[in-house]
Amino acid sequence: MATPGKAIDPIHQFEVTPIIPIRIGGLDISFTNASLWMIVVLLASLGLMVYGTRKKSLVPDRLQAAAEMTYEFVASTVRGSAGREGMKFFPFVFSLFLFVLFSNMAGLIPGSFTVTSQIVVTFTFALLVILTVIIYGVVRHGTHFLHLFVPSGVSPALLWFVTLIEVISFLSRPISLSVRLFANMLAGHITLKVFGGFVTMLLGAGAFAALAPLPLLGVIAIYALELLVAVLQAYVFAILTCVYLNDAIHPGH
Amino acid sequence: MDPVAAKYIGAGIAAIGMGAAAIGVGNIFGNFLLGALRNPSAADAQFGRAFIGAALAEGLGIFAFLVAILLLFVV
Repeated sequence: MATPGKAIDPIHQFEVTPIIPIRIGGLDISFTNASLWMIVVLLASLGLMVYGTRKKSLVPDRLQAAAEMTYEFVASTVRGSAGREGMKFFPFVFSLFLFVLFSNMAGLIPGSFTVTSQIVVTFTFALLVILTVIIYGVVRHGTHFLHLFVPSGVSPALLWFVTLIEVISFLSRPISLSVRLFANMLAGHITLKVFGGFVTMLLGAGAFAALAPLPLLGVIAIYALELLVAVLQAYVFAILTCVYLNDAIHPGH
Repeated sequence: MDPVAAKYIGAGIAAIGMGAAAIGVGNIFGNFLLGALRNPSAADAQFGRAFIGAALAEGLGIFAFLVAILLLFVV
């Protein structure tokens, strides 16, 4: 752990610390800073959708316009990449998108905790998506779901190899889906903290203190980039969820 | 070789993979822009696909990043 005024530990911000320790049996279910920020994220997304659309006016105010645009954006993404039938999964994709978007955004508040920078959170999401795909695919299509791994129109000599690649690519989906979000958040926040560390190090380095505004400008630029990444990764997570759901709805290409 | 030094060298080599992923993502968006400027009316419909491709290309770079992180903090 970093002590104040000494070397800056860029990993410190990802530490989960209990706020209200709760132990039941041998199980640690403490109320941690991660739980606190999850509740903040939940309230923020609920606030946007419920409070924003409370008036249901024909000419929307700013908050209602934001809520409607988010809704329309995700709806058109789902319709575009998973088809009409995919719209039954719209509530699922929309909840995932809102939660990821708001966690990424809340993580950019200085001093906050980024829920999506924990691999366990993102991997749970990815597992939820992949299990939905497998269960829905098997229930809806039975053994026809396996056509997902055997593409049509491939020469028989190559078929076993293509099938092998398809199986490996399917198995690596939960890993890449979860690690992409987690790694983007982790790397961005570490970079911010490292550049912030440069500022304090230069300030404490005598005559070099005149150079301190340079990394500060870097922090501002990276912060702007992180805003883009926060929205982009939520979008990528949602659209990949749609693509995977599309496989379950229409297997066999 | 000192195992700690080997660990850091390994993490550095793993980071090269992220540069390769950057080439891939750059290729996708470069070609997307090239096509979009030739036929702007068709560009909006392919926007999502460009991002799916970028996400897949980026995913492999992320694996390289994961290897580097594992070397630095886990091994």
